[in-house]
This record gives sequence, structure tokens and C-alpha cells, in this order.
Amino acid sequence: MKKKSFKLTARSLFWLKCLMHAIGLLPIIYLVLLVLNDRAGGDPVQYIIHFTGIGALNALVATLLISPVAKKLKQGLLLQTRRLVGLYVFAYASLHILAFFSLDLLFAWSLFFEEVVKRPYILVGAAAYVLLSALALTSFKKVMRKMGRRWQKLHNGVYLIAILVPIHFYWSVKSEIIEPLLYLVFIALLLGVRAKKSNWWKKNSVKYFTKQERV
Amino acid sequence: MKIINKAAWDKFKDCDVTPEEVYHDRRRILKQMGFVGAGALLSSQANAGVFDLFSSDEEKAAFARVALPHSKQTEYDHLLYGDLTPENKVISHNNFYEFGTSKTDPVENSQALKVNPWQLVIEGEVDKPLTLDYDDILKMLPLEERIYNFRCVEAWSMVIPWLGFSLASLLKKAGVKSNATHVAFETLYDPNQMPGQRNRYSGGGINYPYVEGLTIAEAMTDLTFMSVGLYGKTLPPQNGAPIRLVVPWKYGFKSIKSIVRIRVTDRQPKSSWNELAPSEYGFYANVNPAVDHPRWSQASERRIAEGGLFSAKRIPTLPFNGYGESVAGLYQGLNLKRNF
Ligand code: HEM
Repeated sequence: MKKKSFKLTARSLFWLKCLMHAIGLLPIIYLVLLVLNDRAGGDPVQYIIHFTGIGALNALVATLLISPVAKKLKQGLLLQTRRLVGLYVFAYASLHILAFFSLDLLFAWSLFFEEVVKRPYILVGAAAYVLLSALALTSFKKVMRKMGRRWQKLHNGVYLIAILVPIHFYWSVKSEIIEPLLYLVFIALLLGVRAKKSNWWKKNSVKYFTKQERV
Repeated sequence: MKIINKAAWDKFKDCDVTPEEVYHDRRRILKQMGFVGAGALLSSQANAGVFDLFSSDEEKAAFARVALPHSKQTEYDHLLYGDLTPENKVISHNNFYEFGTSKTDPVENSQALKVNPWQLVIEGEVDKPLTLDYDDILKMLPLEERIYNFRCVEAWSMVIPWLGFSLASLLKKAGVKSNATHVAFETLYDPNQMPGQRNRYSGGGINYPYVEGLTIAEAMTDLTFMSVGLYGKTLPPQNGAPIRLVVPWKYGFKSIKSIVRIRVTDRQPKSSWNELAPSEYGFYANVNPAVDHPRWSQASERRIAEGGLFSAKRIPTLPFNGYGESVAGLYQGLNLKRNF
């Protein structure tokens, strides 16, 4: 990648996407094998919820990394992988929530609503998921064209998701806050990089961001 | 499977807990019938190579446990609600932040813990301070097996056959002075052996050594147990070898592990989780479905029982974890909502 002359071609993009699918799917296969082998700890339910939650968050970080990397390497084609990676965020998050419903709450809907109220971190997760679903549903080219400018506006929601999910994580743990904090800081940095680039932010919050810009 | 309401659950109360023999037997029979499933087949020796990835840690050198002679104390069995949690789950799903904060860290990181020699000091407001070594701990008092419900503050639960003796019988050996009001406990502090103690963050922010405490009335009630074993054998390190407290009507974090010091005092001692987050974990920490953790509900719990992924059950949580008839009297006149 260091060679200046390198340009991503449609063909190499295809292989890159295959690689990304492999990276997305292998952990799921690994999880299934762990569970089948009784290797997912004494409480596989919790293990699955954590594994898929972290998977979703990692995919989210990867999604956010694509455009800065594409810019840095001057590989515009890379931007085309964002949809793929973004849909993995959605897929992992869906598994995460499905596991919570089916294996933890055992489809007790009343309990779900009780829990949503009693566990603020679930409310935050649910908000992120609603938004994430909207992004997934509007991720098709056709819809994108139809929506025009509103599409970009809606899909800027990914930044909100990126703030909500680490909060959801941070709030869910008893006291092991290092890991969620690392994610929070890293995501803050990624968003900071964007804030620097974005005119909207410049216009609206010049003063507020001047300090962070140097980070 | 729907949530079982309390009335329906009561009917199960008097089902007997599965004895270990039957448990192992059932497992063996299932195996013979080929019912344990693809997982068991895949992980059999023939295919070990492929699964080394998963198995290397556990199978390296498991801590050696020895069988302990004991009698059976069944006085509290009628308060159990559910079958025994299989041994492999009891010893692989643990919270013991000294060895890491995930549920599988303790079993992975603790197998080399040195428990012999050990020193347990009993001191403070006692007539005769005691220093017990490893053999004293296992042999000083007759061991009995007691099966208790165990409820974690994280809303999961187990049913566990402990071996040990009542705390009261141990304290009587030292002779509790009349001015004593509380008992304080302390876990081993040894960052060389306990990676979670090396810095504050790898151990979940707890200020080590881990400490716990009980009122003297709680300590002297017969239900309060000092465990030195489970499932007929000495404790594995992840469950608190060589000796731990078991207070079955309180959230699991009160049941302090790998104890090196018991101090009888005349004031309320510190309790690690209470120190870390006083608004979330009280000193009493009695299991109480009516008092939620500020961030999650305590009204129900996921029972970790026999069977795979789809046999998980969510059951209602009972006041005092089902031990109200034995211990509710200790808290007469105390506002349990405020003193959570
Ligand atoms: C309705 C929506 C959601 C529900 C009900 C939900 C539920 C949960 C639960 C029950 C936990 C585990 C808490 C514990 O027992 O320790 C958890 C943790 C987590 N969730 Fe969610 N979640 C939701 C949405 C999301 C979304 C959209 C994401 C990411 C895109 C996400 C990422 C995570 C992460 C990273 C963790 C921490 C995992 C860990 O502790 O290792 N969640 N969530």
C-alpha cells in the first residue's frame, strides 16, 4: 500500500470485499463452534451477548475508519466498502439483540419493556439499534438515489450511533470500565478527525473545537 | 419457555436436587446414546488438533482437588428452588476479579494458585486469636455438605453443593467477646499470583485486598457457611480455594473468597463493592427482588442449570434468595429498601 502508484482497481476491490466478508463471518462460525463445544463458559447466553455486542462495536469502528483511511491512501474506491462493513454492524447488533430476547429474556415481552425502563443502558442500546436499522433499510442504491440529499443527512446518524453504543457498553458493566473507555476515546478521536474536516462543524462550533483540533 | 410465575415455581420447590452421581450418570447415559450432540463429537480426542485452539488453556494443568470426607446436612434443602448446577459450570463461570474481570478469566488464570501453605488468621475481639494452616482449615472441624441457592448481583444464579462448616462453629473456637458487633474478612493479597491486583484497572477498579463484612448476628446464624469444597472435593482456586465464605441470602459478592484474615470487630467494616460504588452496592446486599440495582432489575434471574444453550431459564428472584424463614428475623425493624 505504500507505493504511490498503487490504485485500487475494481478487481482488487472485489477481493478486498471477499476478505471483509471472511473477517465478518469467521467470528460467527467461531462462536457457533464454541457454543457447540461447550466452550462458551458456564453461561453461554451471556457469552453470546457479549461476543456479538463487541463484534457489532468493532465493525462500527471499522466502518468509521474506512473514509479516513481512504483519504489518507487516496483510494476513493475504498469508500464502496462502507456499506458492506456497515451491514455487518447491523448483522452483529441484530444477533446481539436476538440473543438477548431469545436466550436471556426467553421472549418475555413484558419483561423487555420493564427492563428497558429499568436499565437505562438498554434504552441507549435500543435507540442506537433503531437508528442503525434505519440506516440498514436505506442502504440500497435505489433508496439512496430516491432520498437524494436527505440520505446523507440520515446517514450522518452513524456518528450518533458511534456515541450511543460506547455509552451503552460503559453503562452495562459493573466496574470494568477500561475497555469501554478505550472505545469511547478512540471513537471520539475518529469523530474529532471528521469534525476538523467538516465545514458544518467549522461554521457552527469553531470556538468549541479549536482546542480539540490539535489532538 | 415462559417465565415461571412464583406460584407455579413453588410447586417445584420440593423436587429433589439432582445428586451428583445421578448427574454424572445421566451425562454418561446421554453420551452412550449419542445425545450429547455434535459438539461433544467434535471435541473428542480424535479431533483434538482442530480444537486445540479452544482447549489448550483449560487442559494445561488444572488445579489438583482432593476428595473430602463429609456428612450431609439437609436442613435447608427444602428452601432450594431448582436442580443442582452441574459442576463444570460451577467451576467455569466465576467472578473473581483478582484473576480477571471476565467470567472465564478466573478458571484460566488461577490454576497455579498456591493454597498450601496457607495462613488464615482469626483475630480482633476474640478470647483466643487463632492462626490456621492448610491442614487446620480442612481438618479442624467436621465437614458437612450443604446445598444452597447462590444469587449473583448480576442476576444469574446457581444451586451449589458446598462442603464446609458454619462460620459460627469456627468463631466459637476463637471465642467471640461480648463487645463484638461485626466480622471483617480479607482475601489474599498477592499480585504475583493474582494478575487483577497488579493494577487497579485490570482488577475492575477494586482497591485490593478485597474485603467484606457481616454483622455479628449474621455471622453467628447457622446458615452462614465457611466453604472449603464443592461437589465432594476441595475448592478449585476460581471458586475461592482454600476457604471462602458462603452467605446464601446475600448477593454473591458478599461471599468473599480465598480468605486470609477474619477479624471480629466492634464497628462496621468496609466492603469492597460498597467502597467502589456505594449507590449501587450496600453493606447488607441482601437478595431483594423489590430493590433494583440502579442500572438493572433484580426481579428475576437467569438460572444456570443443566443443559445447553436453549435450556436456560429465567425465574423470579425470591426475597432473601429463598432463605427468609431462616434470616428475615435478623432484620426486624430495619428498612431494607434504605439498607440495601
Ligand atoms: C435493543 C437494543 C439492545 C439491547 C437490548 C442490548 C442489550 C445488551 C445487554 C443485555 C448487554 C450485556 C450486559 C451484561 O449483562 O453485561 C449488552 C452489552 C453490549 N452491547 Fe448491547 N444491546 C442493544 C443494542 C446494542 C447495539 C446496537 C450495539 C452495537 C452496535 C450493542 C453493543 C453492545 C456492546 C459492545 C456491549 C458490551 C459487551 C461486553 O460487555 O462485553 N448493543 N447489550
